[in-house]
Amino acid sequence: MPRNETVTGNRQRDFGAALLNPELPLPQGIVGPHGKNAVKRFAVYRNNVTVSLIDALAGIFPAIQRLVGESFFRDMARLYLAKEPPRSPVIFEYGGGFAAFLERFEPLARYPYLPDVARLERAWLDAFHAADADPLHPGSLGAIPPEHLAGTTFTAHPATRIVRSGFAAVSIFSASREDRALEGIKPGDAEDGLIIRPSDAVEVRRLPAGAAEFFTALIAGASLGEAAGETIARHPGFDLPSAISAMLEAGVFSGCSFGAANSEETA
Amino acid sequence: MTQSAPKSPIVETSRFPTGPLPPRAGAGLKTEHVDAILADEHRIGFLEVHAENYMGGGGPAHRALAAIRREFPLSVHGVGLSIGSEGGIDPVHLERLAGVVERYEPAMVSEHLAWSSHDAGYFNDLLPVPYNAQTLDRVVAHVSQIQDRLKRPILLENPSTYVAFEQSTMSETDFIRDIARKSGCGLLLDVNNVFVSATNHGWKPMHYLRDFPLELVEEIHLAGHAEDVDDEGDLLLIDAHDRPVADAVWKLFEIVISQAGALPTLIEWDNDVPEWPVLRREALLADAILDRLGPASLLGSRHAAE
Repeated sequence: MPRNETVTGNRQRDFGAALLNPELPLPQGIVGPHGKNAVKRFAVYRNNVTVSLIDALAGIFPAIQRLVGESFFRDMARLYLAKEPPRSPVIFEYGGGFAAFLERFEPLARYPYLPDVARLERAWLDAFHAADADPLHPGSLGAIPPEHLAGTTFTAHPATRIVRSGFAAVSIFSASREDRALEGIKPGDAEDGLIIRPSDAVEVRRLPAGAAEFFTALIAGASLGEAAGETIARHPGFDLPSAISAMLEAGVFSGCSFGAANSEETA
Repeated sequence: MTQSAPKSPIVETSRFPTGPLPPRAGAGLKTEHVDAILADEHRIGFLEVHAENYMGGGGPAHRALAAIRREFPLSVHGVGLSIGSEGGIDPVHLERLAGVVERYEPAMVSEHLAWSSHDAGYFNDLLPVPYNAQTLDRVVAHVSQIQDRLKRPILLENPSTYVAFEQSTMSETDFIRDIARKSGCGLLLDVNNVFVSATNHGWKPMHYLRDFPLELVEEIHLAGHAEDVDDEGDLLLIDAHDRPVADAVWKLFEIVISQAGALPTLIEWDNDVPEWPVLRREALLADAILDRLGPASLLGSRHAAE
């Protein structure tokens, strides 16, 4: 390899590696003016990178920060960002692997609900930035001929997310975001969360048993009849009419279509 | 025969008011200030946003920016294109920027002389490049690529830096002038960055300004900086954007305006963001200088005739 390439091709890689790992020496060729040292100077970049990314994670996962405490959160975030720096300059998309990181983070093993709370927070921000669409009008199902209802399929609103948890993640998320105590919440109670943005604000709601499976099937493209059948088979007490009116009221979907005509109903 | 109104729906050529950035003070837009800015009797000259904050598909952030854009000139300032990157411009990110530009039709688009991404990831900071022929070719190619995609010239901003490179063979001002000459881009002069870098590298800010191609400057940035010390215990300035503009930077700004004429001037305040009136006060200070020194400037009022 020509010498030139060896030197220049790796320079930013070395610079970047030294940014994330303070144990590494200064990158080659980095100096202060007039022969001055550059250790503290380079540390300014290390600090900028680390602090700005910790701040970004604190902004994305405020409920987690409140639950574990600011100082613990910042130490933990430092470990996470060194392991998984952002892949993209769109910082509001950062932290997709944070929940999985929390699952493996030994010091928090006693709080197994935290990863799902982090998943709710990540989904909240995804919903916040998702594309705009008018929610399906609550009256649109009424306009569909009854014989076509079972075959009707739906288009999810771009903001809609579902997070299923074996813990009381939704209650804990809400309490932490609203700065309330966790008293009265049983962390071991399984909860499913629905994230929606029916108007300008993102909302996180707890779903009744079966509704997450029902909505997930519809989002995946199952027809109303298929999704209802599967859900009722698993949850005999599933209240289908309530689930349908709830999904219309919450703006879970932005469109639906039925039959061979495949006509789209979006208003 | 009388002319009748067109029957088809009115085709809008532009969804927003058009026109350049006025040679007045503007402010970096913060979400929490949107309502106060829209309600303020003092109409700020323009607003500037970081492009990356508006790269989502929709939602409240876009709704707020559209409301601002309907009433004010807008500048889109990218922080993530990594123009100095050895790995080239990320085409996906360039498309994202093009999307923001198409969506908001800003009066100005600018980016930094810096890099921030490598294979390892995105560092969320503006990192320095050595000033030599090799970097120059790379940066010129990247600026040209961006301008070709956006179909418009961009402004390139001078950096604030804390370290230097043994590999540098050119002065920063020569380097920046050559980029502009070869790529056709305009320049964004960050006066605080001039002061920060000059202090950190032992240059004289006045020499820097003397050597800087002021005739290519189309926008000014002003911001506050923090003080630290270097390895030898000497003053090291940090480009913190977390406080008012320093007196020494206001002085340099006066010199720039008295030479270059009134230019769109942005107050940046990105950390420990205060209430809107504090930012407005900084903007009014800049407006007073633009009014006082702009008309009698050496280069004349080339930007003042809008």
